[in-house]
Amino acid sequence: MPEASSQLAVSLWRGGEDGRYQTYGVPRRDNQTVLDVVTYVQRHIDPTLSYRFACRVGMCGSCAMTVNGRPRWTCRTHVAKVARSDRLEIGPLENLPVIKDLATDMQPFFEKWQQAKGVFAPSATRRDAIAQIQPDSPARIAADAGIECINCGVCYAACDTVRWNADYLGPAALNRAWTLFNDARDAGNSARMAAVAASGGCHSCHSHQSCQEHCPLSLNPTASIAGLKRRTALAYLKGELKA
Amino acid sequence: MKTRALGPRGSTLWIAAMIHRLSGLALAIFLPVHFFVLSLAFHGGARLEGFLRWTDQPLVKLSEVGLVFLLTVHLLGGVRVLVIENFDWHDGQKQLAMLAASVSAVVAFVFLVRVF
Amino acid sequence: MNARLYVWQRATAAVMAPFVLVHIAVIFYATRAGLSAADILSRTHDSIAWAIFYSVFVAAVSLHASIGVRNVLAEWSPLGERQAGFLALALGLLLAALGFHAVFALVVA
Ligand code: SF4
Ligand code: SF4
Ligand code: FES
Repeated sequence: MPEASSQLAVSLWRGGEDGRYQTYGVPRRDNQTVLDVVTYVQRHIDPTLSYRFACRVGMCGSCAMTVNGRPRWTCRTHVAKVARSDRLEIGPLENLPVIKDLATDMQPFFEKWQQAKGVFAPSATRRDAIAQIQPDSPARIAADAGIECINCGVCYAACDTVRWNADYLGPAALNRAWTLFNDARDAGNSARMAAVAASGGCHSCHSHQSCQEHCPLSLNPTASIAGLKRRTALAYLKGELKA
Repeated sequence: MKTRALGPRGSTLWIAAMIHRLSGLALAIFLPVHFFVLSLAFHGGARLEGFLRWTDQPLVKLSEVGLVFLLTVHLLGGVRVLVIENFDWHDGQKQLAMLAASVSAVVAFVFLVRVF
Repeated sequence: MNARLYVWQRATAAVMAPFVLVHIAVIFYATRAGLSAADILSRTHDSIAWAIFYSVFVAAVSLHASIGVRNVLAEWSPLGERQAGFLALALGLLLAALGFHAVFALVVA
């Protein structure tokens, strides 16, 4: 397939929160990913460029950036798909503090993950028999639907509720909480229930599905959060939840 | 300055949420006025009648058309969200949101034709 | 937003959905030949059914709008959740007072 042109004009965010975009020329190649472009700039133009990646195959979730205005996983995003007219603008993820250049501080994202009790709480010891889980039980199907999250933070960056409400736990953490809710082996649901039903929890979600639209794994946090809303509302009505 | 590109904003469902919020706000601001006007019905309704004749102006009628749209779109958009929140997931929310807005526009248009 | 506010806001929304439908129908009916006070009052005056309908409607909308405005203020204004809550409570009380006053005017006075 002939390329539209042999050169890309790439604007990269340079500096911290108060940095600015700077433009570089990068040769265009076949099957080039956005991460390839960023790597080219660092290897051939400016070695001080900071960015983050590890696996390059869409597993680790560390390479997310804002590409032409949208949060994306850069290692699996082809330039041909996003660069209309040979221009690319690549910035750090939104809704997270910028450390430098394209690297954000993911700490708030992971802290909220913990806060939503997104951690498996075992209900058995190694001396117990291995739990028998029916793969086709409704709970397991619900858990499976959200389990493939790679913690990339794309949905978190796409969610305006995160931007407007600093306490909002965000789509990824709540999605994770929902998978654990549906995990028959997990024993942490009462603490989890309180965490996701508090102010800033699942009830702050406005169901605009920006999270789902941007999730590179096509997960649907909106649906998971709706599940949490049902579960917590029911618990509240039964008086099991103090709010 | 980092450009705050439109990005996730501007998608159909984001706009739907925005319409829902802004219509709700507008209705909340309108309601006290609405209630106040209806209280003019005290003492036989002469004052209410006086006010209603004032509302016969085209501009006021036009804003009533707007209110009918806001109320309908808030109702239909709200029902859509209630269904998402309380029932099993269904795809096609974009289409449903557009349907809600279109139906509201039609209802408002029928009202417009009626009052003019 | 927490579970309690959520439940109240969505419950009032669900209650109001049919009410709004009826309300829109009444709007269309009332404007069939132009609004008039006599026409409105002939429907509502001394009508227990309309009194109940509009009272429930006013109560639900006061709660619903108050919680909604609280969320908007918390997200879009510099006010914190507490202050937003106070302002929204004031709005809810205002709506309820004006609303019940209007119902009284239409049905009784
Ligand atoms: S649906 Fe909920 S979690 Fe997803 S973007 Fe909207 S507010 Fe955020
Ligand atoms: S839900 Fe999707 S977008 Fe969000 S962190 Fe997980 S994989 Fe990334
Ligand atoms: S580098 Fe691992 S997901 Fe992109």
